[in-house]
Amino acid sequence: MSQVPADLKYTRSHEWVRRLADGRLEIGITDHAQHALGDLVFVDVPEAGRALEAGAACAVVESVKAASDVYAPLTGTVVESNADLATSPEAINEDCYGKGWMIRIESADAAGFDGLLDAAAYAAVLAAEGG
Amino acid sequence: MPFIPHTEDDVREMLATIGAASLDELFDEIPQSLRIQGLDGIPTGLSEMEVGRLMSERARLDGRPLSFLGAGAYEHHIPSAVWAITTRGEFYSAYTPYQAEASQGTLQLIYEYQTMISSLTGMEVSNASLYDGGSAVAEAALMAVRAHRKSKSLRVIIPSTVNPNYRRVALSTAGNQGLRFETVPYLRESGCLDLSALESFANQDIAALVIQQPNFFGQLEDVDALTDWAHANGMLVIAVVNPTSLALLKPPGLWGAKGADICVGEGQPLGVPLSSGGPYFGFMTTRMEYVRSMPGRIVGRTVDLDGKHGYTLTLQAREQHIRRGKATSNICTNQGLLMTAATIYMTLLGPQGLERVAEASMQRTAELVQALTAIKGVRSAFAGPRFHEAVVQLDRPAAAVLAELEQGGILGGVDLANDYPELGSALLVSATETKTCEDIERYARSMSLALQAVRAA
Repeated sequence: MSQVPADLKYTRSHEWVRRLADGRLEIGITDHAQHALGDLVFVDVPEAGRALEAGAACAVVESVKAASDVYAPLTGTVVESNADLATSPEAINEDCYGKGWMIRIESADAAGFDGLLDAAAYAAVLAAEGG
Repeated sequence: MPFIPHTEDDVREMLATIGAASLDELFDEIPQSLRIQGLDGIPTGLSEMEVGRLMSERARLDGRPLSFLGAGAYEHHIPSAVWAITTRGEFYSAYTPYQAEASQGTLQLIYEYQTMISSLTGMEVSNASLYDGGSAVAEAALMAVRAHRKSKSLRVIIPSTVNPNYRRVALSTAGNQGLRFETVPYLRESGCLDLSALESFANQDIAALVIQQPNFFGQLEDVDALTDWAHANGMLVIAVVNPTSLALLKPPGLWGAKGADICVGEGQPLGVPLSSGGPYFGFMTTRMEYVRSMPGRIVGRTVDLDGKHGYTLTLQAREQHIRRGKATSNICTNQGLLMTAATIYMTLLGPQGLERVAEASMQRTAELVQALTAIKGVRSAFAGPRFHEAVVQLDRPAAAVLAELEQGGILGGVDLANDYPELGSALLVSATETKTCEDIERYARSMSLALQAVRAA
């Protein structure tokens, strides 16, 4: 059974969003996603300053068996990306909600944030997918 | 690995498993308007005997001309062992095998090829080859746009000193994927890229600069200054090189302060015979930091559970069978057979052998230019250092002179009238190690007579 922390928001495409104390949003991929991909060997994250559009591909995660796009959950601007992932992509497998975070963004997309799934709704999506 | 086509029985069995009654039913989702109704343009088959006869008649029409053509494909001596080994059954396929890891010998050969090409170009990593020099330039432009981390620009500078065929292939391949190509003129004295014209692109958002060395005219560009200029202006550098020349010239990995970022070229000079324009093969190398943006297949060396060396296809997540529409390229198979010949050619010659080929070709071309420009009405178009190719200008129309020369069994060069009309009557000529002093004297004598004949006409 995949971990779905109660304090995060989620997308149907298996990204998670955490609101930080300073109002910025931290984004990564879920436990279900990292498990489905298998051992990650490469992560390509956008650099600070990149403008993101909700629903558009913004990062790539590559495992030994597949490469997948990560979609921006919200419209906004990247302020920081996790540089450690370049040398340690396995951080996402080991701790996807912690040291495996991918980007931190600034976003004025309040409606978009409200539209994200809460933990119960995301768990229901996983249950429906058989995960 | 033999290729065994399926039989009528196989087809019936597969259709039954799928639940389709016929092949037509299997394909019925394809609208009638998209289907070919007949192959009217293709004649009925010929027997092997008839084909043999037809082709030997056509070959006779070619004759055995003395060729001074270059412009991207070069006549070099190919040791007999190259194709004797290449055509062994174990190697005789154009493809990377489908069950790649079952063909360890083929993978090891590709790995050796990648190692040699990386070493020759001074770059860190090579793919398993591309279709030809032109498509390699197109793929390099697409890759540069993809790999550039700071710019999203779709503009690439491809100067007029780059082979016009490569420019056309790049435009038709990458132009339709949204790339825009900018051009830069050359200096009339040196035939080299005009640095002051390049300055107009300074501080603009451009993904890459393409530099051909030696350039299409055979002249040597100031690659160090060009590379540093491009990097200072935030562009990647795509080097287009002749592999033979790298035995003498500085490899792209050492151009300027930081080296070129992507290196491509036509592999034909390495053991592939001239043959109506192909098949040839393209090569591509890059820095390790850009390897995931590189198109094509890559073979890696690894160890098995017992610690024994083995070879495997690697970084396949870039490729279309995994990444689908977002793959780095639709290129998956490659010119395997030509790449095999090139690997054996490089192995047989070694670095010293390739250096002797390059030195002899450079020397022969210098002698050719000297012999031709000693003739009244022939002058060298450009001053400055060159490799094994040169532009000569004539005081009579090049097409007429070439026709005269051909009467005497000499292919005298490539007429530049269409691509470089500003040069007037101009020929691009090349002599490799295959040309003797007598060949060059014969060409010079014939040129003298051809010019007289055209003047008299």
